Amino acid sequence: MSLASLSANLLLVSFIAYLVATLFFGGAVKGAKSEASYKNNRWGKIGISITIIGFITHLGYFITRWIASGHAPMSNMFEFTTAFAMMLVGAFILIFYLYRTPSLGLFALPIAIIIIGYASMFPTEITPLIPALQSYWLAVHVITAALGEAILAISAVAGLIYLLKNVDLTKPSKQRFWLEAVVFTLVLVLGFVVSSTTFKMTGYEAHFTYIDKNEKPAKIEYNYPPLFGMNEYEAKTPEAMTPWAELPAVINAKTLTTFVWSVVTGTILYLLLRLIFRKPIALVFQPFAKKANSQLMDEIGYRSVLIGFPVFTLGALIFAMIWAHEAWSRFWGWDPKEVWALITWLFYAAFLHVRLSQGWEGKKSAWLAVIGFVIIMFNLIAVNLIIAGLHSYA
Amino acid sequence: MSKIVKCQCGHDNPFGIVLCERCGRPMTEEAKNSDVVDMRYEGSARRSQTYKRSIIDKIWNFFSSVKIGVSIIVAVLATSAIGTLFPQKFYVPVREEDMLDYYERLYGFIGTLYYKLGFYDMYNSWWFKILIGMLGTSIIIASVDRVIPLYKSLKKQRTKRHTSFMKRQRVYGLGPSENPDLALTNAAEKLKEMKYNVKTEDGAILAEKGRFSRWGPYVNHTGLIIFLFGILLRGIPGFYVDETMWIREGELRSIPGAPEFYLKSKDFSIEYYTKEEADEVFGAALDRVGTIVKNYQTDVTLYKKKENLLPGSTDMDLVKDYSIIVNKPLKFEGYSIFQMDYRLNELKSMTMQLVEKKTGKSFGEFTIDLDDPKGVYELNDGAQVNLIGYYADYAGVENGEPVSKSPIPNNPAFIFDMKTPDKPKGEKSFVAIRQTLETEENVYAVKFVSADTRDISGLTIRKDKTLYILLLGGLIFMIGVCQGSFWNHRRIWVQKGEGEELLVAAHTNKNWFTLKKELDEVKDFAKLPSYEDRRDNESIEQEEGEK
Ligand code: HEM
Repeated sequence: MSLASLSANLLLVSFIAYLVATLFFGGAVKGAKSEASYKNNRWGKIGISITIIGFITHLGYFITRWIASGHAPMSNMFEFTTAFAMMLVGAFILIFYLYRTPSLGLFALPIAIIIIGYASMFPTEITPLIPALQSYWLAVHVITAALGEAILAISAVAGLIYLLKNVDLTKPSKQRFWLEAVVFTLVLVLGFVVSSTTFKMTGYEAHFTYIDKNEKPAKIEYNYPPLFGMNEYEAKTPEAMTPWAELPAVINAKTLTTFVWSVVTGTILYLLLRLIFRKPIALVFQPFAKKANSQLMDEIGYRSVLIGFPVFTLGALIFAMIWAHEAWSRFWGWDPKEVWALITWLFYAAFLHVRLSQGWEGKKSAWLAVIGFVIIMFNLIAVNLIIAGLHSYA
Repeated sequence: MSKIVKCQCGHDNPFGIVLCERCGRPMTEEAKNSDVVDMRYEGSARRSQTYKRSIIDKIWNFFSSVKIGVSIIVAVLATSAIGTLFPQKFYVPVREEDMLDYYERLYGFIGTLYYKLGFYDMYNSWWFKILIGMLGTSIIIASVDRVIPLYKSLKKQRTKRHTSFMKRQRVYGLGPSENPDLALTNAAEKLKEMKYNVKTEDGAILAEKGRFSRWGPYVNHTGLIIFLFGILLRGIPGFYVDETMWIREGELRSIPGAPEFYLKSKDFSIEYYTKEEADEVFGAALDRVGTIVKNYQTDVTLYKKKENLLPGSTDMDLVKDYSIIVNKPLKFEGYSIFQMDYRLNELKSMTMQLVEKKTGKSFGEFTIDLDDPKGVYELNDGAQVNLIGYYADYAGVENGEPVSKSPIPNNPAFIFDMKTPDKPKGEKSFVAIRQTLETEENVYAVKFVSADTRDISGLTIRKDKTLYILLLGGLIFMIGVCQGSFWNHRRIWVQKGEGEELLVAAHTNKNWFTLKKELDEVKDFAKLPSYEDRRDNESIEQEEGEK
């Protein structure tokens, strides 16, 4: 078996391990009366052991891929996102040992699983590095930044648990609406995974030529039936469907097509779930959060921001500036990705300040943590795919 | 600043105090009426909370408010986001005067608006700079407003606190003890073992840990201010050089921004990944995306002008040979030269031959150096070609004259005068790429044979004396955030109450969970009364429920 395929198999093992570990954490929460009494629950111990095994194989994936390609596997969407999931699990393990709460695992692991699923929809082959990325700063900067983001993401997980427990979901309210919206977004990601996998298995391909925004001819390949066509497109695959509309050059019609397919699939999935459960999906998850201790979740939320913020600053701003100075001759260039890293940083700075001085604890703090995660994901996904800049890869 | 507030314990407090600096008694009505007292700045007298009259007070109070500080942070955050909506000026591949058209063509009406409102160069706008300035001011004033009183209070705090102070702590317990003195000694011993700094006084213990973490925010704010100061310095000439140069292979040019130095380009090259070198690993990716660049490189030699030379002399010392690649700039005396851009295959010279049209007989070849086209080329058999017109970037004929739109040989055109033994008066011919014009039918013609090309490297020259200041700011910031985030300031008070009672109270600026864990250890070891966390109602309820 080559290193590259060994690497892929290790990732698969982690994926399964996280799934199994989630079940055990579920068992731990179900069997206990309260936070205090499930601290040393046997199910919880098995759960964390399996999580650690999964994390080690995940690390194995990372290292073998690094050896195979000769560079840190953080250089395209698949690699970065997979590594982010790994660090999320790592951050969870760290926080678990500080607070020993299975509730956190019950929510953190499924999120890691969804992220790995999302990552696997992007091209997974090993790409050689373009000149701008050939630097040891690639490893130093991206690993630290991703680690910081992963630790910050744990605060969103804790926040979500806090909200599921403390927001009254039995009657309509703004908070209930938004909580359901968060759940809906997660279902949309599943929608992307399902639709993308479906078309991949059927081997769907449609080729086009088009004129890009600098008025140069270009080629593109769709893996979904093309709902929207690129600027001045010409179909090269006659049997594929004809796009409904041609879009101006600044909009990537392929990305929009993928997005619309995912939203449609996700919405159908969501409606199916609503039909099965006959209540808001957040309410389905609520019992799993009920036994968590609110004060503890609030503190985990704060603590993970406190740990994640310095790491993020170091990786996403300081190391980033040093590298940008080496590679692009300026330490800061207001590139969209840079700006969004700054926005993330400012956001968490604001979080820390309002928490400390305005006493924004509990629900407010939990909502802020969730919004912070949304910003991180926006930077990872939307800025890469939509607002293309120097950083966009894949 | 002369007013003084005297506490019952005898301590003279500064005006504006909330909790007595020494014994902790609440000094204001608000503090007296609250169940859990606000411990953020130890209830100290902050300028912004005390003086509210003059203009200076008002400005001071404005900037020292964290609410205002957070509003400024959010304003910077929100406006920064707007700037990423469409590309900034710097990333737009057109000239300044075509910019409006560019935004209009690609983004329509919103694009025009974006341009007109100045968002296309937002981060250099005056209002954005003012926002950053306000951020800096706010950081300075808010920090000074707090750090001094906080420092004073922590220094003056007494071990023994008043009961009213203990009672208003978030973590508080009161209960009978079999042997209060033994409990106190044991607690002190245990706390010392747990690395607390323990002070005792008259039946009271104060155990303290990690006070230095309280200075974390002020240290990190200092770092931020140093960083912002560094940015400010870049406006001063000499601190910051940012130039670009285009250099052709074979060319020697003075380096813009670095007047003593000259650079010669020996070669520019691009390398691509090939399937042969790593098919197994990269093959799939190369199949999918096509070619991927491996390296951009300019091989250069750096020269420095000899010192003490007469003006006009160009005698130079070789400094070094270097290959500039992306991520490995050429560095010398504070300057860095970066590989940023390139253009391939600019025409360098063209080789032509003179032929007789009918027979194809050649009089030999000649080469025109496009940098320095010279007038006359002597050929075999006494033939001669005179170059009487050269248009480097030929763009058609205007008013009967050929015109060149730039001095760069993108589309060279020539007017030749061909003198042959046959036609000693000469025949004129206009020759451009794929085009020959003659005023009347000629017998002879100049034909293109071959061309030589060369590459051009786009380089950026930087010198930035502020980098070390920025780095220092970053370092101090990191020290400060780590100090404030990874450590916390914990205090545990144990003291004798009335009769055989013991009072326990504890405070931390963050991480209550660990504080309570530590307090539990001390409690179990020294048999202290049990306490409650008045913020964690759930645990209290649950414990009661489980009983
Ligand atoms: C980008 C700008 C800023 C950053 C990155 C920053 C960072 C921080 C950090 C990390 C903390 C510690 C928070 C904690 O431990 O939970 C802090 C505390 C604080 N910051 Fe900032 N800050 C910034 C701007 C400001 C501004 C504009 C103000 C002005 C009002 C301000 C006032 C404070 C205050 C009063 C504290 C609390 C100090 C204490 O309670 O001991 N900061 N800051």
